[in-house]
Amino acid sequence: MYHIIVFAPLLGFLLAGLGGRWLGKGGSQIITSALVSLSAVLSFYAFYDVVVNGSAQTILVAEWVTSGALSFDWAFKIDTLTVVMLVVVNLISAIVHIYSIGYMERDLHNPRFFAYLSLFTFSMLMLVTADNLVQMYFGWEGVGLTSYLLIGFWHHKPAANAAAIKAFIVNRVGDFGFSLGIFATFMVFGTVYLDPIFAAAGAHAGTTFNFLGYNPDILTTICILLFIGAMGKSAQLGLHTWLPDAMEGPTPVSALIHAATMVTAGIFLVVRMSPLFEYAPDALMVVTIVGAATAFLTATIALVQNDIKRVIAYSTCSQLGYMFFAAGLSAYGAAMFHLFTHAFFKALLFLGAGAVIHALSDEQDMRRMGGLKSMIPVTYLLMVVGTLALTGFPLTSGFFSKDMILEVAYVSQGPVANLAWILGIGAVFMTAFYSWRLIFMTFHGKPKAPREVMDRVHESPNVMLLPLAVLAAGALGAGWLFSSSYIGGDYDGFWDGSIFLIGGNIMEQAHHIPWRDIPGKWLPTIMMAAGFALAYLFYIKRKDLPAKTARAFKPIYTLFYNKWYFDEAYDFLFVRPAFFIGRLLWKVGDGLIIDGLGPDGVSNMAMRLGVRIRKLQTGYIYHYAFAILIGVALLVTYFMFYRGGI
Amino acid sequence: MNAIPNLAPAAGEIILAIGAMVLLLAGVIIRNLKVTQLNKACSLMILIALIPVLVWRGDTETTFGGMFIMDGFAVFMKALVMLSSAIAILMSGQYLKDKEIETYEFPVLMVLATLGMMMMISASSLLSLYMGLELQSLCLYVLAAINRNRNRSTEAGLKYFVLGAMSSGILLFGISLVYGFTGTISFEELGGQIAGAGNNIGLIIGMVLVLAGLAFKISAVPFHMWTPDVYEGAPTPVTAFLAAAPKVAAMALLVRVTITTFPALTGDWQMILTFLAIASMILGAFAALPQTNIKRLMAYSTIGHIGYALVGLAAGTQEGVEAVLIYMAIYATMTLGTFACILSMKNEEGMTENISDLAGLSRTKPAMALALAIFMFSLAGIPTMAGFFGKWFVFKAAVDAGLYSLAVIGVLASVVAAYYYLRIVKLMYFDEPAPDFVPSYDRPKIYIIGIMAALNSPLSLLLISLLVGAAAYAAGTLAG
Repeated sequence: MYHIIVFAPLLGFLLAGLGGRWLGKGGSQIITSALVSLSAVLSFYAFYDVVVNGSAQTILVAEWVTSGALSFDWAFKIDTLTVVMLVVVNLISAIVHIYSIGYMERDLHNPRFFAYLSLFTFSMLMLVTADNLVQMYFGWEGVGLTSYLLIGFWHHKPAANAAAIKAFIVNRVGDFGFSLGIFATFMVFGTVYLDPIFAAAGAHAGTTFNFLGYNPDILTTICILLFIGAMGKSAQLGLHTWLPDAMEGPTPVSALIHAATMVTAGIFLVVRMSPLFEYAPDALMVVTIVGAATAFLTATIALVQNDIKRVIAYSTCSQLGYMFFAAGLSAYGAAMFHLFTHAFFKALLFLGAGAVIHALSDEQDMRRMGGLKSMIPVTYLLMVVGTLALTGFPLTSGFFSKDMILEVAYVSQGPVANLAWILGIGAVFMTAFYSWRLIFMTFHGKPKAPREVMDRVHESPNVMLLPLAVLAAGALGAGWLFSSSYIGGDYDGFWDGSIFLIGGNIMEQAHHIPWRDIPGKWLPTIMMAAGFALAYLFYIKRKDLPAKTARAFKPIYTLFYNKWYFDEAYDFLFVRPAFFIGRLLWKVGDGLIIDGLGPDGVSNMAMRLGVRIRKLQTGYIYHYAFAILIGVALLVTYFMFYRGGI
Repeated sequence: MNAIPNLAPAAGEIILAIGAMVLLLAGVIIRNLKVTQLNKACSLMILIALIPVLVWRGDTETTFGGMFIMDGFAVFMKALVMLSSAIAILMSGQYLKDKEIETYEFPVLMVLATLGMMMMISASSLLSLYMGLELQSLCLYVLAAINRNRNRSTEAGLKYFVLGAMSSGILLFGISLVYGFTGTISFEELGGQIAGAGNNIGLIIGMVLVLAGLAFKISAVPFHMWTPDVYEGAPTPVTAFLAAAPKVAAMALLVRVTITTFPALTGDWQMILTFLAIASMILGAFAALPQTNIKRLMAYSTIGHIGYALVGLAAGTQEGVEAVLIYMAIYATMTLGTFACILSMKNEEGMTENISDLAGLSRTKPAMALALAIFMFSLAGIPTMAGFFGKWFVFKAAVDAGLYSLAVIGVLASVVAAYYYLRIVKLMYFDEPAPDFVPSYDRPKIYIIGIMAALNSPLSLLLISLLVGAAAYAAGTLAG
């Protein structure tokens, strides 16, 4: 069964990728969608099988590498964590596949698109089923590759190419950290298999190693290296700049890869490696700080963006930040739960935004939207559902997962928990504001799009709306349906040891916050309501206020609007020096020195030598005869000297 | 000694000698004799003469008072020479017709030259060596100058003759020195005599002169100067003939002389051959770079390849001899194939020899371009092509014999040489087609190009073990 789950998307990729020409548009769409849907259905069964029947197992697929001390197989590690990811990945992937049938209808390179989507799904499944770090790295790189391919899918757009390259390069930084982490793990533990590593983790706690005269803690080092990898993939502060740009890709891609699945790979990695992180409290602290800072900072950026997809993209960064700081506070269950619910409502928002863009003839700027409420009511309704869930409206899925994270931060005794809580609460307010701002700007008010565009506005076809409805159901219901399993009373039975904790379960404490404790229990909801109210005021009641506020707080507005100048700083610090060094090495190092002295110089010399030898070939017999005699004389002389004993 | 010597070992030579004289008579008597038909007859005759050579199963046997030897080595080399000659004769017909030099002497001279080469291969005394060499050379001098209406051709013939005469003089002088210091001309006795004579400077100088004379025939540097001029000036079929069979025969002679006659002086001739090999490889690589005439380019290419073959011989081991045999066999196929292509190069003004005329050949004549590309890759020694194996075996022999620097220089030189081979491939496949280039080929040339290309293509992987086996057998009889 697990073989089918993992390999069905690969089969889809091969069929659509290699045979797309013969299958045609319709064939590729149907085959890939059907295969991924099959995986999705089986994933639910697997989820049931593992969670209810408790049949966690490891399934050997094939021998992979045997090289000296390094030896590992290709195997599926099936436990609760894996099946949760299987469900998320396959379900969202199947939905996005089906949605794309409508969305990509007019694209000429349809089979290629579906092939990439399926390849992505396969890579993601490789990642989450990995039972050793190298296999995980394989999937990790695979999703990076497909992400690159899909961001740059419309390769005739220069912006898409630039975004694809940016995503790839920024991810390389993270991947480098991850690979160093794997090397370090192998060095310390002598294996790349997860289970032995986890078993041996405790023994290595607190040990140090010597590096350039410093003696850092081994596990802290490994965990921070792994976390750098996670930061790259999950777009955490510092390495987040690629994610908003990645919105250049087709919207279904943004929903699948850059909201629901790939970007959560970092969270998955941290949770999967929880046995290591638990023994490295300093690393956990780093995770918390980075996560909380990301949640807050990217939310501030989202406040003022005008591109509908970028708002959601920054929102994704922000929500990923929540997940990380939950993991940093050892509330891995809460992190996974938020990952799970976020996948629903963020995919819903993205696909809804896609429907809006689709309806408006590829318009993405919210300033040129408005008044769509009555024209595409179904999309409006679904977007509102997504927004409610994202902002944490009571009883929606986001409410359960996000409030748990904040409550954990509230009760935690960790050194940075207070900071995380304050930033998190601030981010809740901003989340509500920018989410409703998006809704109000897009659907309310007067139409700002040109008339001919508005005339063509239409509700999306059912093949796009039905997947959205499924996601909406998840966004509304997944919270109360699963909260008890992920973070509540059934915690131990549900996770069944796939998450490791040293101390007590901090979520246990979070459940015991009394109802009267207003900051702990009610503040997130209050902030959410306040954000909604402010957005309502700014964008429905007093439309002059946003501009006035922007003027009044011009420096802050500019800072937010320019995304804290991360791109500019990177451009100045890395890109330009890199280009400078590159150009220097190219023009001077390679062109002048290596080519000049090496290939070009040598070839010039060879040519000159050839010409000179040709000059010897005068055509006169007596020259030739002379050469022969000289040759004979030389040889004879040599022998007379060295053999004749003269 | 019998009144009539045992003729069986020389059956092939006898067939050729009689046949050549019959054809000569026929040429004189029968008017309107078509040269193309005579060509075919000559090729057929050589193939018939090949039969007694190939069925020679006997052990090493000498005849004519010990002046003629027939052994496995001779079988291998003769087969190679005779096939090369037959092919060269076959592909010359069209050219002779186009150039209006349809003289019946042409194929007959080639047959006689072949006879000379066979004599060289089977020579087992210094005199029969000289006789074979001169028979071959005299024919070649005439052949080079056979296009009497063209200055270049006569110039080439004259140059070849004068320089050839000089080198024959050097050779003869060397022979007389060797005879003077040992008192014998038989290779077999010489071997023993020299071992007994020890460190004799006169003898060594005699050997140097003999080797110099032979080096002229294989056009090893610095005795190579005639090669480019003669290759360019001589009619192309003659050049094709010159480039293959005589080189093989002269190399066979060199191998036999060094291995059987001067084993006692191995260190000395190794030194000479190393010098010749290095000089030839380097000059062959560099001098060809600026060439624009493909025949001249092939002349330098030949010089370079002789250098590589000498690397194997310089190793001085049985493995080295084996490598030389393999190398010469592969070299013959590459060269003949390439020249068959050159013989097809034609534009509106007639035959052309400019490399630039090959531009864009892949678009006008893809099959010929492919074949020529295979030959160029093979000549350059690109792996999986036959030429690669030739180089592989000689370098391996050199390395096994401890001649590391020789092998390294050889590899480096082949890198340089690869440039001009690959340039032709680039020209054919990536450049704009040259105007008015209309390659023409008659039936024999198509077959020859096809077969040679197949032999040089990666298909050679299937045949190389056969060749290695044959070479090992031939080299074994020589040493044993």
